[in-house]
Amino acid sequence: MNNIDSYLFISSMLFCLGLFGVITRRNAIAVLMGVELILNAANINFVAFSKFNGMNLDGHIFGLLVIVLAAAEAAVALAIIINIYNNMNTINVDEAAELKR
Amino acid sequence: MAEIVFWTIAALTIMSAAFVVLNSQLIYSAVALLFTLFGVAGIYVFLWADFIAGIQILVYVGGILVLVIFGIMLTNKIKSVRISHKSMQQGVGGVVSFWFFIFLFIALTKAPWAISDAVEPIGTVRGIGVLLLTDYLLPFEIISLLLLGALIGAAVLSRGES
Repeated sequence: MNNIDSYLFISSMLFCLGLFGVITRRNAIAVLMGVELILNAANINFVAFSKFNGMNLDGHIFGLLVIVLAAAEAAVALAIIINIYNNMNTINVDEAAELKR
Repeated sequence: MAEIVFWTIAALTIMSAAFVVLNSQLIYSAVALLFTLFGVAGIYVFLWADFIAGIQILVYVGGILVLVIFGIMLTNKIKSVRISHKSMQQGVGGVVSFWFFIFLFIALTKAPWAISDAVEPIGTVRGIGVLLLTDYLLPFEIISLLLLGALIGAAVLSRGES
């Protein structure tokens, strides 16, 4: 916990689990959960490099901005997903393949 | 002692993240995501980032996770709590993400990072506040504008045509 490698290990693990979720999931909301894991992994890296580079707080600002972006992204993505469900009656990303009904 | 707590939190985070992507019940995935987000907040505490940890719990657990559960509830014909779905291409996805992890971890640990030591600060809130209103004033304003745009956009999109 006192060297940066352990944090990099955790964040790359989280990133790859999120990537796995994005690749394999069919439900759009489950894909969204994978994206949240990826954003969290990036955020751990920002804050870790901020600590190990003399605690200069720049990484904390970036982490804050990433959290705000994640909130905005989740709200818009869920609005889009609910619209897709109303129009096509499915939110599986491989079935909702028509552009126009 | 702190070492044991740290690795316990790390194991909790990674195992519940694996549960999020592997479980076939959507509600269970959402609950496992709760533990992952709490674990990441604990890791922030170990990184001396108390403000980020608080914001993580407030925004992710209090906001995004509730939104995700709302989304699951609204997009399924609910007969019971068990809303299941199948994954696809797990073999290909597993191979790709495993090798990407190996590549990423080797690249990150071999790189010569410029590490410099620091003393533990008493709190980071004051420093973050000063930075947000001096050096990072423009990104702060832009992100607030983006949040407003996302709010209006989500409301317009989900209102439906009428």
